[in-house]
Amino acid sequence: MRQDRTPLVLGATLAALLAAGPLLPQWALFILTLAFARGLVALGLMLLLRAGLVSFGQALYYCLGAYAAGALGRFYGVSDIFVEMLAGGAVAALCALVLGFLLARYRGIFFGLLSLALSMILYGLIVKNEALGSTDGFNIAAASLLGWQPGEASLRYAVMAAAAVVSLAAAWLVHRYLGTPLGRLAPAIKDNEIRVEYMGASARYAVHVKYVIAAALAGVGGALAATTIGHIDPDMAYWTTSGEFIFVAILAGTRNVIAPFAAAAIYGAIYSTAYDLSPNTWQLSLGAALLALIVFLPEGLSSLLVRYARRP
Amino acid sequence: MKIVNVTHGSFYALGAYAGASLTGAWIARGLPPMASYAVLAVAAVLITLVFAPAIERLILRFMYAKDEVVILLITYALFLVLEDVIKLIWGVDPYFVADPYTLLGSFSVGGMDYPTYNLILVALALLFGGGLAWLLHRTRVGKILRAVIHDPEVSRALGVNVGRYYLVTFTFGSLLAALAGSFTAPTVSVVPGLGVDVIVLSFAVVVIGGLGSLPGAALGALIVGIVRSVSVHYLPQVELFVIYFVMAMVLALRPRGLFSLEEPRKI
Repeated sequence: MRQDRTPLVLGATLAALLAAGPLLPQWALFILTLAFARGLVALGLMLLLRAGLVSFGQALYYCLGAYAAGALGRFYGVSDIFVEMLAGGAVAALCALVLGFLLARYRGIFFGLLSLALSMILYGLIVKNEALGSTDGFNIAAASLLGWQPGEASLRYAVMAAAAVVSLAAAWLVHRYLGTPLGRLAPAIKDNEIRVEYMGASARYAVHVKYVIAAALAGVGGALAATTIGHIDPDMAYWTTSGEFIFVAILAGTRNVIAPFAAAAIYGAIYSTAYDLSPNTWQLSLGAALLALIVFLPEGLSSLLVRYARRP
Repeated sequence: MKIVNVTHGSFYALGAYAGASLTGAWIARGLPPMASYAVLAVAAVLITLVFAPAIERLILRFMYAKDEVVILLITYALFLVLEDVIKLIWGVDPYFVADPYTLLGSFSVGGMDYPTYNLILVALALLFGGGLAWLLHRTRVGKILRAVIHDPEVSRALGVNVGRYYLVTFTFGSLLAALAGSFTAPTVSVVPGLGVDVIVLSFAVVVIGGLGSLPGAALGALIVGIVRSVSVHYLPQVELFVIYFVMAMVLALRPRGLFSLEEPRKI
């Protein structure tokens, strides 16, 4: 059996990012941090995709995480980025645990549309809630790390470093999870659920667990995005946000835990470039890119990696 | 056709834009305003014929073999593209064409004024719904189409031109969306983002009714419409999400919608 190189690659990526960080301009750090936030959500989507489930409502947990972080800062004066991410993930996971009892029964289109409906319910709730700033949302104070308040110049780097550490640790945990029996059930559920049941495993339980993990990751990503941008609004729960995440997850493919982050970085690059070149038609560029992806690279970036690695 | 088509919202928007701009031009020229209804219909037909066959032939045709969810993603990508194409053609400013709406005046029922145009819309919708049901269940074409949807391979073996059925069905479905958009255009201001709202709403409608079921869609539309009006009237705070709430409730009780078709078990 081939040796598992994932921890090595993850460690090397982290070291490279931490070393290169101070050399990068502020805007690059910003895009990179957002890429980690999106990558975390896509990592969760990947878990579901492996089981053949497409959640069109992952923005629900992204937004929940962001608002959990925002509420901590606004009502309790907490600005520590790790506490915020922890809170975002916990709130999202708790919510997913409850909703999972309903959602784990659905597959295919119905799973997607029901998750979409749930995220739109959250959107509606927040829009109508004056205490949470309604459609305007509210601002979030600059992040601090474990009691240390970085200055203006080093803030972006510090946040990026925190994001990198948390994201890559999450990637490693997910990688470990994929190796467990429960994690290995996913492709089986996608292929044939009835046979999974014949084997004595519960597809519903496996989906439920995946759904909660995916939600927790999305919550952490949301909290991270909230502190990075410094502002949150209900659009984070809107279904077009979920569309972005699906784009990233499809781009990444399902074979590798690093791919979601690479895909998120590429998405950020496509989005920024398209927006820069023609602000009115970025959707067109994005749609065309998504279309091209599904046609020419249906298994995502990670299939490229595997194809390359198999070459003698 | 076993396609969950997000592009449908784009056709609704396309129809609305085409209807609004063509009718606007028609009335600005001083041509008889009574004919503007025909212009609305013609606009929808024209715009559908420009876009729908091209999309079906160039892109969707190659995708039918793929998973339902993948097709959903493809139409979502197309939807993003079309959304910007609309902005490129018509710009971002709103269009107003109220003439066909005001022309018919209103009548009163029990002391409440009600615009005649809306009544005609309801009648039209009933007509189209009935016509579609008749087409699908009573005519040869409709029966063949249902066979094609059920099993394209066997249909092809029996000598049906499956490709053409897909093309015509997609175009016809898109035409219905464009007509809906075009005839709704006089009652609203046509702005970018029109397609987004309507597609999410109509998804709720078909999911409540059960995918692929005509009476289900009709009942779903009725439920969504009534629930929305009631909530606007009594509890306007929840108007935004009450529909999703209803959808979630229906799915919780009937996992495949109210009028769902039985799925064979995959073993």
